[in-house]
Amino acid sequence: MKTELRSEQLDPPSLIGDILRKLHIDVPLLAGLLMVTGLSFLVLYSASGQDIQVLVRQGARIGAAFVLMTVLAHINPYQFKRHSLLLYGIGVALLIAVLIMGEIGKGAQRWLDLGFFRFQPSEMLKITTPMMIAWYLSETALPPKWKQLGIAGLYILIPTLLIAKQPDLGTSILVASSGAAVIYFAGLSWKFIISVTIVMASLTPVLWHFMRDYQRDRVLTFLNPEADPMGRGYHIIQSKIAIGSGGLYGKGWQGSTQSQLDFLPESSTDFIFAVFAEEFGLIGCIVLLLIYLAIICRCLYIALQAQDTYCRLLAGSLSFTFFVYVFVNMGMVIGILPVVGVPLPLVSYGGTSMITLLAGFGILMSIHTHKKFLAS
Amino acid sequence: MRSFNTQKQTRKPVNDFAVRRKVLLAFMLAGMALLVGRAFDLQVLNKQFLKQQGDMRHVSEVAVSAYRGMILDRNDEPLAISSPVESAWVNPMELVEVAPSDIKQVEQLLGLSEGKIAKLIIPGSKRQFVYVKRRINPDQADRVKKLNIKGVYFDREFKRYYPAGPISAQLVGFTNIDDIGQEGIELAYENLLKGVTGRKRVIRDGKRQIIADIEAIKAPVDGQNIKLSIDERIQYIAYRELQAGVIEHQANAGALVLLDAKTGEVLANVNYPSFNPNMPTGTPKGAFRNRGLTDLFEPGSTVKPFVIAAALQGGFIKESIKIETDGAYRVGRNVVKDIHNYGTMDLTQVLKKSSNVATSKVALTMPPKYFWGFYHRLGFGVSADLGFPGEAKGRLLDYQRWNNFAQATLSFGYGVNTSVLQLARAYTALADDGVLHSVSLLKRDEDTDAKRVFSSKTAKQIRSMLEHVVMQDGTAYLARVDGYRVAGKTGTVRKAGAGGYKEKKYLSVFVGMAPASNPRLVMAVMVDEPKAGKYYGGLVSGPVFSKVMAGALRVMGVAQDQLETMPLLLSNKTVQ
Repeated sequence: MKTELRSEQLDPPSLIGDILRKLHIDVPLLAGLLMVTGLSFLVLYSASGQDIQVLVRQGARIGAAFVLMTVLAHINPYQFKRHSLLLYGIGVALLIAVLIMGEIGKGAQRWLDLGFFRFQPSEMLKITTPMMIAWYLSETALPPKWKQLGIAGLYILIPTLLIAKQPDLGTSILVASSGAAVIYFAGLSWKFIISVTIVMASLTPVLWHFMRDYQRDRVLTFLNPEADPMGRGYHIIQSKIAIGSGGLYGKGWQGSTQSQLDFLPESSTDFIFAVFAEEFGLIGCIVLLLIYLAIICRCLYIALQAQDTYCRLLAGSLSFTFFVYVFVNMGMVIGILPVVGVPLPLVSYGGTSMITLLAGFGILMSIHTHKKFLAS
Repeated sequence: MRSFNTQKQTRKPVNDFAVRRKVLLAFMLAGMALLVGRAFDLQVLNKQFLKQQGDMRHVSEVAVSAYRGMILDRNDEPLAISSPVESAWVNPMELVEVAPSDIKQVEQLLGLSEGKIAKLIIPGSKRQFVYVKRRINPDQADRVKKLNIKGVYFDREFKRYYPAGPISAQLVGFTNIDDIGQEGIELAYENLLKGVTGRKRVIRDGKRQIIADIEAIKAPVDGQNIKLSIDERIQYIAYRELQAGVIEHQANAGALVLLDAKTGEVLANVNYPSFNPNMPTGTPKGAFRNRGLTDLFEPGSTVKPFVIAAALQGGFIKESIKIETDGAYRVGRNVVKDIHNYGTMDLTQVLKKSSNVATSKVALTMPPKYFWGFYHRLGFGVSADLGFPGEAKGRLLDYQRWNNFAQATLSFGYGVNTSVLQLARAYTALADDGVLHSVSLLKRDEDTDAKRVFSSKTAKQIRSMLEHVVMQDGTAYLARVDGYRVAGKTGTVRKAGAGGYKEKKYLSVFVGMAPASNPRLVMAVMVDEPKAGKYYGGLVSGPVFSKVMAGALRVMGVAQDQLETMPLLLSNKTVQ
């Protein structure tokens, strides 16, 4: 029975390979992830000012995230499908709860304090939204009809708006794009995609109207950071300077002056790419992007190989979300996108995004390593 | 096992998925190409500009303050010294992010009233630099630095300390909060004292703290020390006694100048009322003035010895002359008067009793041009050129514009203006056997600008006459100094004001020298408007002269020259 499996034919048999297969780990994906996290340690050590404590804490988070990934890889994708609605429902309910608590506590509220650990429900939606849409659309004939598209759109809109209201623009963009990716893969008509793109472009002023002041500030700052170099433009200008002064080959590991000397804000978190670019130069940037590209390609390959619609749609969506992560973060750090709070995946210091990302990879591995059950 | 695929899936979605995957991949590659393109733009095309911008942010040039030179007395005792202090300033834009409890703690450690810093935080304000407390000691600054609070910074500065306090306040002057001389020597020698600020290139971190020096662009040149001619020990005695005299006689003010008779150096220059130069704010304006150097007054009878000297030197009178005085002397339409009718007097008597009539008669024996020239050469109406800010030049009427009466009044010190310093300087000619000395506030070994104004013989003759002034029946017996021969002259001057000379408002002056056999020190004391009853120069300024001269002679270790009163001094010592 096992010999019929395509995955086994692709991966040459070996002892380690055998163990990893038993663990439901996808080796190429794991290799990519380890490469990026390895780079993360290098840059974090430098960006934090040679603080071992930062590495220890980040190591603990990565360890926990890898454990979660392995656990999820063991779960049959059928279980994900079966619980999609429930998980989505819980996520939305938590979002509403957080919002209400925020109203009481006056001010932005993203965290749910469970006593033993704090948790951002919006993070959960990054995975449960595409699960929900994939489940809903896979239960219908594809390509979806207008009514189904409308309902799917509604499922996306609810968490997106709730998160945007927190306000957390970065996460809501990620949630929206993860849902949109599912619809795209499900067979959204090309005509529709093109016309929506045109309409969206023309609706930008309307979007502007609904933005909060600080979000507008960010956009304005993005368009003209030099207008307020000591205030809101500071981030972008400092970040551009850091990247630019890296040059082709970079200043070498721990050689970044802008971040080492505290000129670059958030150099360990959202803006860590600037430190990376200053120390490793254009060559380093290209290498990092190639590793990300390899991970995305592997994910899309997993999606292509997936044997049912739900898995394929979910895997495709998770791949795209990962790309959005990378693109939005690098885009904002490099100054071609407005500043929204999106970390550089697997590199930025912080636990929440790490957990969610590796959970996503766990699901992808589960999809890829459970195909044997489908063969029967 | 249940299949995920349903029967509804009939339109070859797999092939469609592959296409969509390729389209998405192309889209993502385009996105990544965009990122790489932008990185190329920044890191290759704009590298130089951005690198330069980056250097601008962390490499900067800062001033290195130079030590302000010390002001020292002739024995290297400091009269003004700079010590390093820290000045605290805040960046209100950064303080917005600081917890109120932290700000309160900073306020407490700096000893500021509560809210002094907190009220600077105005959202939206663009202020980035406000001094909150200047010139605090480095220990205090360190305690605040340890809190490591964003937006609170310290700059190294220097604070000026004046160890002598009020004693030399008007002479030394003081600096303002930016360490720039405002008065006195601090102002006069600002350029020498301040030194040259250096520059260095440093690396700053994002909090604008300097974390490393790269190179010195220009080393600071520390200011030069200024060594004054002043002797702080004598200065102290002079201040103490002048203060006591002014207070005892309920006078407005007093000024004293003590010169070295051989070198023209100013050994002491004190004024009362005074102020604390370490905290000059709130001082009444008048106390800043160095009255002895900047204020003018009519010297009165203190110029009489020069009239006698001029007449003797020019051969207009003989030393043995006897002068008839009838208590009054008509000059043109005016009358010169004495307080008593002294009858017939010799020259010693004239000075001893200070007869206006006799000096007027002597003065009128001389041609105006000669008489004027004598005064002029003694430095009346001529600046003493100390280089002190606001130093007075004085005024001497041109002889072509005076009549006999004016010449007569000039002989007893009216119609001429002088400072206490100029008066003391004129007396150096009597002290140093006819040689008038230039004066100096800086220490020097000899006077290269001395000039002879009359003969040694004339000087000795006058000196010996002036010794009688401080004898038992002279006008200034209280100015005597035990163990030393003293020569001097009193002056009791009616103050001039708007509408002429004022009744019952006097300046009490005494100028003298010791030891009279070979004078080493010349001192002029002026007390302005004593109101406690006594106002004669010999009674008010004479005792001040006596005490200060006694102290100065002792400090200088000058040998005694009057054996008769020596035991008296010794017995005084044993009583103490």
